Amino acid sequence: MSKTGVRKLNLETFIIVSVIKIVIAVVVLLTAVAYTVWLERKVVGRIQNRWGPTRVGPFGLLQPLADGVKFLFKEDLTPPHVNRLLYVAAPMIAVIFALTSISVIPIGDWITIGSIHTPLQITDVNVGLLIVLGITSLGVYGVALAGWSSNSKYSLLGGLRASAQMVSYEVSLGLSLIGVLIMAGSFDLREIVNAQSGTFWGFIPRWNIFQGQFVAFFIYLMAAYAETNRIPFDLPEAETELVAGYHTEYSAMKFAMFFMAEYANMITVACLASLLFLGGWHGWLVGPVWLREILPVFWFLLRVFAFLFLYIWVRGTLPRFRYDQLMAFGWKFLLPLAIANLVITALIVALKA
Amino acid sequence: MVPLSYYLVLSGILFTCGVTGFLIKRNIITIFMSIELMLNGVNLSFVAFAAQWHTLSGQVFVFFVMVVAAAEAAVGLAIIIAVYRTCDTLNVDQINLLKL
Amino acid sequence: MLHLIVFLVFGAICVAGAVNLLVQSHPINSALSLIAVMGSLAVEYLLLGAEFVAVVQVIIYAGAIMVLFVFVIMLLNAGAEERTKGSQVALILGVPGTMLGSLLSAWVLLRHSGTRSVHVGAMPGPPKEIAQLLFHDFLLPFEVTSILVLIAIMGAVVLAAHSDSAPQPRKEG
Repeated sequence: MSKTGVRKLNLETFIIVSVIKIVIAVVVLLTAVAYTVWLERKVVGRIQNRWGPTRVGPFGLLQPLADGVKFLFKEDLTPPHVNRLLYVAAPMIAVIFALTSISVIPIGDWITIGSIHTPLQITDVNVGLLIVLGITSLGVYGVALAGWSSNSKYSLLGGLRASAQMVSYEVSLGLSLIGVLIMAGSFDLREIVNAQSGTFWGFIPRWNIFQGQFVAFFIYLMAAYAETNRIPFDLPEAETELVAGYHTEYSAMKFAMFFMAEYANMITVACLASLLFLGGWHGWLVGPVWLREILPVFWFLLRVFAFLFLYIWVRGTLPRFRYDQLMAFGWKFLLPLAIANLVITALIVALKA
Repeated sequence: MVPLSYYLVLSGILFTCGVTGFLIKRNIITIFMSIELMLNGVNLSFVAFAAQWHTLSGQVFVFFVMVVAAAEAAVGLAIIIAVYRTCDTLNVDQINLLKL
Repeated sequence: MLHLIVFLVFGAICVAGAVNLLVQSHPINSALSLIAVMGSLAVEYLLLGAEFVAVVQVIIYAGAIMVLFVFVIMLLNAGAEERTKGSQVALILGVPGTMLGSLLSAWVLLRHSGTRSVHVGAMPGPPKEIAQLLFHDFLLPFEVTSILVLIAIMGAVVLAAHSDSAPQPRKEG
């Protein structure tokens, strides 16, 4: 796991390896999005004492395929008097930014296949964490422009509310991550994970959540629920409130793109939480050499799955906030708490050094 | 290897478009956006010179310019909202009374 | 060579966005072209090695300030601007004047700057070194800027608040 002392790849090999990684990442992410939808429907169904999808394939496992086919063949309505360019572009913007943040997220350590030594990450940049935050802040445009271009009161109100909520909770999201940054000393996601390797007293892992960032983890959790517009913060897109908020006037594939963007954002947030608070890919390594290279990926996916399960569990359990309660919670409770967390972490780190 | 003057020319073009927008547009918000365009042009020239003279102060100053632009945008847009509430128009030619 | 191509492509996007901002009549289209300008400027900063500044440009400028602009345009919903006498005069005099100015400055810059070139990543700006400068040499401007932002927040809240703040007394009977 080193950047020095290893012969670097030449340009052509680097490009081919990167393209392969991009293709694999996009395919895996899109499949994961589809099966997160399936998982949600099953888990929420069980919480509500019913089965969830069971008919299409064993355990309803082919349900996402059936949904995809349905979305492709549905009639694609375009209401009159919409701003055509923005109406078509808004779901594309939402999906593009939701899928782009996977490019800086590492899922494992450096691996060696044949003569190629490469990190399990599409690109390892010094400011990886900031790039994810930047892409999250750009994702607000998909929602805002969808609400505006649909030329409908419900859409405009829903779009404005959703984007105001996303912008408000972005601040708390960023501030909760600064505690982790202070402890790791770098914006590079790989270095933050590597600062969490090892254990305390032999068996408690050195994850950031055990190293004092417990409060920050919960701030991040709540801010992430609000960023991705999930219960308990999903007023802007709840059916009983604003018809469907900013995606009221969308049908078929464009609606599916908003759906995909929401679940892709969930997966990105879950990956970030696993990397920053739950130790990334560090875990027990047993067995032969090839197994030792694959196990970190398994540990990482286990953590992401646990976080997604928590998301879905909360969705099935809690009622939703009213909009003014939501904004008051974000600005009057979460933000001061995040700042307090930052100050205390900085104090402790400064006093230790 | 790109000559430094190319960056400066790009910065100059952006600044000039900002000035032109400030002069010819009649919607307050668009005028304000032209001001932001001018600030962006200036930021590019700061970073280009920081690269030429190998000093990081240029990039730090860009950081300050961005913060000031954010503060100015917030207050300016609040003023625009207040003006719209009283004058009911966003056309600068029609906001021509000293007492609203 | 690749450096020049990437610079020219994103420079062209910058200029196209800036010109589009001037040409469009509805402010939302101008706002979206300004976002495109800011995005391509972030790439230009990356070419010069300023990675922190590039990401901060995306987060703050394109991701917060322009969101504010788009919000206000959507809220006020004033529509496209109309052509008036004053705007026609400004168009006739302003556009040639500024084009002349820009051509003059571009000519001077291209002729008299010598052959100094910058390569890709000429001045790497990692966050650690920028933080060193920010918190040691530029500490006073940093603190003053934070007070400025606080004043701006208070000003914006006061200016944009509704004028009828006191609730009316309920009528009896």
